[in-house]
Parts: sequence; structure tokens; C-alpha cells
Amino acid sequence: MEGIITLLIFLMIIAAIISLEIKDLLSSVVSLGAVGLILTLLFLLLQAPDVAIVQFVVEILSLVILIRATVVRDETIYNKKSFFLRLPIIFFVFVFLTIVGFSFKDLPSFGKPKYKLAEYYVNNTIKDTGAVDVVSAIILNYRAYDTLGEVVVLFTAILGAVLILRKIGKSNEKE
Amino acid sequence: MKKNSKNNSGMSLIVKTVTRWTILLIILYGLYITFFGHLGPGGGFAGGVIVVLSFIHIILAYGKDFVVRRINEYLASILETTGGLMFLSIAILGFATGIFFKDFLGQGKIFSLFSGGIILPANVAIMLKVGFGMLSAFLCLILFSLHKGE
Amino acid sequence: MLVYVLCLTMFFVGLYGLITKKNLLKIIISFIIMDNSLNLFFIVVGYRKDGIFPIFLKTHSTTQPMVDPVPQALVLTSIVIGLSVTILMVAIALRIYEKHKTFDITEIKNLKG
Repeated sequence: MEGIITLLIFLMIIAAIISLEIKDLLSSVVSLGAVGLILTLLFLLLQAPDVAIVQFVVEILSLVILIRATVVRDETIYNKKSFFLRLPIIFFVFVFLTIVGFSFKDLPSFGKPKYKLAEYYVNNTIKDTGAVDVVSAIILNYRAYDTLGEVVVLFTAILGAVLILRKIGKSNEKE
Repeated sequence: MKKNSKNNSGMSLIVKTVTRWTILLIILYGLYITFFGHLGPGGGFAGGVIVVLSFIHIILAYGKDFVVRRINEYLASILETTGGLMFLSIAILGFATGIFFKDFLGQGKIFSLFSGGIILPANVAIMLKVGFGMLSAFLCLILFSLHKGE
Repeated sequence: MLVYVLCLTMFFVGLYGLITKKNLLKIIISFIIMDNSLNLFFIVVGYRKDGIFPIFLKTHSTTQPMVDPVPQALVLTSIVIGLSVTILMVAIALRIYEKHKTFDITEIKNLKG
């Protein structure tokens, strides 16, 4: 099982690099769709069906928004920097990755999580709430405050987006 | 030469006919995932986005000129604020009978539809809120290019 | 252990794209890649070897343990918030295109409106 998961994450990294480096905008959005669909498959293999359904549907909606709103105004922009001027950036990223990687020895090894909080939730869900799905019981019964905060954040972000796109801008009104 | 400009926008006739048949099935599937969120995977977030994908399907298939009189911003904003107020009133009703967000409906028979207390109304409220918030943002993205005259 | 390092590598692919790209849409795509990598990292931390999904069924055997359900509840919220932030970024990008007629960030120089 761990071999299949490692291979799929490696494929996802290749698709992400292709999506960033390719010059045609439509192809890079299609490659971003491939990243999201491999992620859905990974969530199913890691025994999380709730999250897999949400990730699949949200990925499709974000692809529709990206294609519909932006690719209509297509133009290609060439990066004028040569490859050797970008080497310090790659070196910095590599050094940072090594230093953060040193902190990984404190994480629990793959497959043996620390289970203290989840022990209470898994043992007492049917007795306390009567629901059968543990994840729904957590987000709507045990931790309903977090869901209320998430609803407020979503409302604010949509409000901001609708407010920005409301009227024709100032520079267009003078014409 | 007769100009039938009302049928020229949007996609071809095959796409329009298939759209008319499938939008009801998509809405039914979204409602199923929302209502049975406490018995299987799913819940309010997934169900809300699925229900709204059927509206977006109509907008993409029929073109924005034909649709923008019927699915307008008032429909989206009324349904979205209804969902938000419903979620908040569930919380405050729990406050009136004890603590904030108290489970005042009780648990029914396990494995049945009306079990799980407060989870079923909260799932419906979140479906309305998340789904129609996404619809209003999508409508603004569509209408923005309409104003610019593209 | 290798799985954690691969998730971190994907985060740095997104960070590299955020720093060096000049097209505004490529910057938005880098944000989406960083978001996906962090959600994957949360679910990987909560995975239990030979575990089963956290839903009680009628035909469930009580001897098989479940995977950790708390990270799944947190990631569920995080995915939907990531979508709404993407919509906000696309709205700002459309306004910038309307005013300056380009998506190139080196051509956008005037600060005053």
C-alpha cells in the first residue's frame, strides 16, 4: 500500500511541474485538473471517503471557473531570465527543504498515529449523538463552533469577490 | 432573412436537449448526499456544490444572454442568506434551552433517517449557504464580461 | 517517512512557482498547488496501517481499528475555504486585466489609481 501511495504522489509532483512550466494556458489548467484527480484517488486509498467526494466536486468547480473567466483572454508571456540566474532560488529552496526535513524525526512514523483525541470520539459517537458517520458528528456536533467560523469566512470571501466585480471601474467611466 | 437570434447563443441542439434531462437528476443526487450525511459519506458541503453544478450546467449550455433574466442575483442571494440565518437560528435555539449549540432534538433510532439530532437541519442549512454562495460568485464572474461588451 | 518528504517537495514546487513566475494566472495556479499539498499532508499524518474508514456499518467487525477521523474533519473545511479564496483571487486578476490590459506583473507599475 505504501508503494502505491508513493508512486501516486510522485506522479502528482510531475503533473504540478508540467502545469507550471508549460507556456499554453489551457494546457496548464488541464494539468491542474490532473493534479486534483490524482489527489481524489489518494484520498480514497487513505480511507477518507468524505474528503474524497468534497475534493472531487470542488476541483471540477475550480476548473470551470478558471477556464471560463480567464483563458478567453489568452496571451503568452515569455520569461526572459536565463536558467543560470534562477539557480540561487533553487539553491535556497533546497537548503530550506533540508533544514525543515530535520524536524521530521519528531513526527510519528507513517501508519502509526498518536490516537489520544480520536480514541474518545470513536468510542463515544453512537452513545452521545446517535449518528453513524464519525466525521459528520465531529464537524456538526462536537466542533460546531469551527463550522460556524467557516461559514463566516466563506461569506466574507464571497462578499469580497462580488464587491470587486460590481461596477465598471473608474478608468472606464471617463471614456 | 429571418433572424432567430434567441436560439443562436449557447451550444448546439444536442447539448441543450441532454441538459434538460440531466439537471433534475443532478439536483436529486445532491439532495440525497445532503440528507443522508449522517449515515454515509457526504454532508452539507459536497451536497451544496453538487446542487449548484446543475445551475451552472444550464448557464453554460444555454448561453448567458438567455439565462440571465431567470437565474438572477436575487434568487442566489435570497437562498444564500436563508441558509446562513437557518444555521445561526439552530445555534441560538440551542442557547435558549441550555448551552450554545446544544443538541435539542435528541437521538432517534440508530441507522434511520431522523436520527442524529441536530445534524440533519444543519446539513440542509450548510447546503444552501455554500451552494448558492458559489452560484452568486459565478454569476458575477459571468456578468462582468457581459458589461465589458465581449 | 518518504511520503512526508514528497509532500514537502510538492509544497516547494508551489512556492518556487509563486516566486519566479511572471504571469498572474501561473501565480494563482501555484497557490492551488500549495493548498492541495497541505491537505494531503494532513490526511497522511492521520493514516493508520490496516485501518478502515471511520463510518460504523451494520456488518462492521469490531476488531479492525479505524483511521484517525479528526484530520479529516479539519481538511473538509479547509478545501471549501481554499475554493472561495481562489474565486477572490480570480476576481482581483480580472480587475487588473481590465485596467492594465495585461496579465504580466512587470508591466503593472503605477500605484495610484
